[in-house]
Amino acid sequence: MASQDIAVKPSTDALFSGSSRNSRRNMGQFIRWALLFGGGILMIMPIVFMVSTSLKFPFEVYNLNLIPEEPTIENYTYVLEDGRFYRWFVNSLVISIITTASAVFFDALVGYALCKFKFPGRYLVFIAILSTLMIPTEMLVIPWYLMSKSFGWLDTYWGIMFPGVMTAFGTFLMKQFFETVPDDFLEAARIDGLNEFQIWWQVAMPLVRPALAALAIFVFLGNWTAFIWPLIVTNSVEMYTLPVGLSSFGDEVDVAWELIMTGAAISTLPTLVVFLIFQRFIIRGVVMAGLKG
Amino acid sequence: MRFYNNLTISQKQIVWAWIFLALPVLFYVVIRFYPTANAFVLSFQEWNLLGDRKYVGLENYAKLFSDPVFWKVFKNTFMYLILGTPVSLVLSFIIAYHLDKVRFMHGTIRALYFLPFMTSAVAMAWVWRWFYQPVPIGVFNNFLASFGISQIEFLSSTTNALPSVLACAVWAGLGFQVIIFMAGLRAIPQSYYEAARIDGVSTWTVLTEITIPLLKPTIVFLVVFSSIGFLRIFDQVFNMTTNNPGGPLNSTKPLVLLIYDTAFNGFNMGYAAAQTVVLFTILLVVSLIQLRLLKDS
Repeated sequence: MASQDIAVKPSTDALFSGSSRNSRRNMGQFIRWALLFGGGILMIMPIVFMVSTSLKFPFEVYNLNLIPEEPTIENYTYVLEDGRFYRWFVNSLVISIITTASAVFFDALVGYALCKFKFPGRYLVFIAILSTLMIPTEMLVIPWYLMSKSFGWLDTYWGIMFPGVMTAFGTFLMKQFFETVPDDFLEAARIDGLNEFQIWWQVAMPLVRPALAALAIFVFLGNWTAFIWPLIVTNSVEMYTLPVGLSSFGDEVDVAWELIMTGAAISTLPTLVVFLIFQRFIIRGVVMAGLKG
Repeated sequence: MRFYNNLTISQKQIVWAWIFLALPVLFYVVIRFYPTANAFVLSFQEWNLLGDRKYVGLENYAKLFSDPVFWKVFKNTFMYLILGTPVSLVLSFIIAYHLDKVRFMHGTIRALYFLPFMTSAVAMAWVWRWFYQPVPIGVFNNFLASFGISQIEFLSSTTNALPSVLACAVWAGLGFQVIIFMAGLRAIPQSYYEAARIDGVSTWTVLTEITIPLLKPTIVFLVVFSSIGFLRIFDQVFNMTTNNPGGPLNSTKPLVLLIYDTAFNGFNMGYAAAQTVVLFTILLVVSLIQLRLLKDS
């Protein structure tokens, strides 16, 4: 996974030599860079516009200036005033953290058991779990809704969380990574008198920490942005998650785009800030999860 | 405890395996398999959540296949796939191919492309929805107007609305595909390129004869992954058309939105379940066909 450290490609290593052929190549290389950079700037324009508009007074919204003439945080105070966004933020945070912790714990547990224990039915359990990847969430939402209705889970945190407390994707990913842990390590720990749970938790888990982190990022992001199931299972405003809340808020304020942009910024900036801090690490994690999973 | 101590090592392993797996197996049975079976059973029933569940055989499916709205939705769903998958794949490949050859500010540019992937689809759907508004509100039309170009109807036109919604989805997913493509490009051994360079092969030939064939596993993964994503599109459509979900005139409505409407606005649970079975079948068939085609050739 050392994607950063690969040597410079042959086509670019002669950047500063003087022949005309090379200067043409440099020119080409510069155009390539400029186009890519320009494209990258275009890619983040929606995010830039969102933030910039959230800092504008209503009269300035229709102005395409990226930097507000009179920056204001009034939209934020207005949006946060009645406490709904605050509540939705907390809901999303609690739900995402608990679900992520649970999914990482159980996916690693199951991945490890399927990888390191020999027992009858191992293959069957593995195939059964893997086969659930073929079932789209949208097929399950109706039965989940009926189930939640009869157990009284509608409009509760547990109702929002229960479908995601374990994931087949994560199980498969962790199983792949536990393959890289040598059995000798586990055997040594066994001789030292650790029980199997301790061996998993104290010996094997620290060795797959990068994979655990990659999985955690995926699961957290998935839960933070999840929309359809929270939309279905919640019906009181206090139980909405950020995406569901934002969706209803957008409808409510209709054309007050500066307020909608503020709400959008509140629900998306936290993940962007986390990304900017752990950029390299997150990209590596996404590649790892994407390719192995 | 004495009983446990008398077990052989392999018997102990079996005991531990099931201790580890007991709760998860229960979870997968109750939260995944049972609901799947339930969805299939429900698709042969009629139920409005209040009365009794009543078996109606294939009536739900018959009703579905004779419903013009379903066929409209079916077509839309495939439009998202047919436009979205190639466009996002080609764009992301071009970006990844060139970004791979750029050193200066490499990490920063990569981050710019990846950033949208970290956003919430709902939040960004609202941002794009604002972009698409007519003048004087919308960014795109304001921008066009400043060049004296006439207005484009984005979300209010039956022909433009679907591509407009799709653009937002393609934009959000592009960064992930770029990253995966770059990892694929890095995995191609440099010696292939060196050999080609010594032989004096043109850049284009290197691209079509070495790079693309060796990227096949990456391409297969991305085609299947993004196709499934486009076939299941919902968040963007729902949020960009909340005043008339799936509109105008059902021109943006995908299958998942139809399912949501039927189940949670119409409370026609059996009929909605039949639609989910159709969705499941489409996803299965499309992935299998793609795996077949891409693996063989």
